[in-house]
Amino acid sequence: MSYVPVTPEQRARMLAACGVRSIADLFRDIPSDSAPRSFDIPRARSEMETSAFFRELASRNYSHLTNFLGGGFYDHFIPAAVDAIVSRSEFYTSYTPYQPELSQGTLQAIYEYQTQIARLTGMQAANASVYDGGTALYEACQMALHATGRNRVVMDGGVNPIYRKMLVSYTANLSIEFAEIPVSHGRTDRQRLFDALNAGTAAVILQNPNFFGVIDNHADVVEHCHSRGILVIQSVYPIAMALLKPPGEIGVDIATGEGQSLGIPLAFGGPYLGFMATTRELIRRLPGRIVGRTVDRHGREAFVLTLQAREQHIRREKATSNICTNEALCALRAHVYLSLMGKEGLKEVARLCRAKTAYAMERFRAIRGVRVMESSPVFNEFVVHLPMDAGDAAGMLVERGVAPGLPLGRFYPGMENYLMIAVTEKRTKFEIGMLAESVESVICQ
Amino acid sequence: MTPADRLYTKTHEWLKIEGETALIGITDHAQEALGDITFVERPPVGRKVEKGKAFGSIESVKAASDLFAPVSGEVVQTNAELEKTPGLINEDPYGRGWIIRVKGIEADELASLLDAAAYEEGLTEES
Repeated sequence: MSYVPVTPEQRARMLAACGVRSIADLFRDIPSDSAPRSFDIPRARSEMETSAFFRELASRNYSHLTNFLGGGFYDHFIPAAVDAIVSRSEFYTSYTPYQPELSQGTLQAIYEYQTQIARLTGMQAANASVYDGGTALYEACQMALHATGRNRVVMDGGVNPIYRKMLVSYTANLSIEFAEIPVSHGRTDRQRLFDALNAGTAAVILQNPNFFGVIDNHADVVEHCHSRGILVIQSVYPIAMALLKPPGEIGVDIATGEGQSLGIPLAFGGPYLGFMATTRELIRRLPGRIVGRTVDRHGREAFVLTLQAREQHIRREKATSNICTNEALCALRAHVYLSLMGKEGLKEVARLCRAKTAYAMERFRAIRGVRVMESSPVFNEFVVHLPMDAGDAAGMLVERGVAPGLPLGRFYPGMENYLMIAVTEKRTKFEIGMLAESVESVICQ
Repeated sequence: MTPADRLYTKTHEWLKIEGETALIGITDHAQEALGDITFVERPPVGRKVEKGKAFGSIESVKAASDLFAPVSGEVVQTNAELEKTPGLINEDPYGRGWIIRVKGIEADELASLLDAAAYEEGLTEES
């Protein structure tokens, strides 16, 4: 059946009822300089032409590159079973149901995802997810601001600059005061951070491992903040949580992060996955959906959306957040990925990342003219100083089939010669060797 | 039905003067309208509340409402029993279901509050 919303006769009747002659008349009040210049769109194309067009477009993507890019998004291995399970139509075609309790399977999957996130972060409760790691961090800020009734947020310079940009633009029209404390030797600068705290400070935002890949134990920062009634938000890399102390163990109040590494392929801009977890005290301030487990009147296990009084459809403008859905399919991918890997599998991935990164660092130390930044321990990402512009070096290496890493000058003016290299379990010894040799050859040119 | 030993607001809170302090809760009508209460968000001790402004919120199975302060003052105590048993408000709204205790009340703020008879009259008009 073809989709014909209205017939020309029906359209004429509707226009008559509105008292206008044409559809264009409905838009008369839009100033001409704000209106689209034209509504000309290309002629319809056949399926064959369309697929050829998009194939050509897709072929321009450099998807063949050996990838050492990181900065919050990583090229991890995704078992084939993730796609197979997630693409089952029962999961794939269903949107967040409006009568959610009818979809027990979807709710059970989300509940299990929440449980995994809570365990991974060591926190007491997690929500059903939000759009991405940056959104999660912004929502965590809002939680802290509301919970404390204060309006200042102090951010460690090790927080991903993409998140920082998101936070600043989300809050541009709110009266929130942001302070940022640059890192010292790649780590949180305790002294300057503590000096920046005052009675109006609601929260401190940290990241572990931080943007530069550096591992830090923030237990002392948490202790100091709590003694002043300040909440601590920590953004974490989920794969690293298999080896590092999770936020829950050091007393963090809200843990957030980007879940892309958990079975979600790299794509320009997403869809990705923001995870959020918190303590029992703050659970009513968590944004978005939360699935709970209960029993029905016959005593059988059942899943429900719970604590909905926080949400927009009940609390209106006083809701904790305007998020009223979740990133269900991506959360499901994370759930399936974590289930397939298991506790030991995830540890193995993390160990491989760390070991291969150590090997890559060794290779770079041996290159003349390259300096490896290593005053603090790292997880799977490290920064090197090149004797040339890192963006130029990356450009040349891309032509040789290698994405060597993230040139830091893009985010930090003055750091034009710094390149940040990420190594996942997917990179082979051969590929790491090839990276080192290619970098050596371009800097010698 | 509506106890005569205290004062009321049009937003269905009650205030009972006890020496230098006053207890605040919600009325029987309010708990009835809300249904089974599942959670009460109470302000921390020391927080200043302002007459007519929200000092906390109350959640029932399907609704959430703000709690409005009948008078200005400073919170000196909150009902910790509500943490585990918010249903106390349903069972005993004028007794064990009290919510906060405040001090530093200005006498002239009491003049605008309703007595039991006036509050009941308001309820009849509402229905």
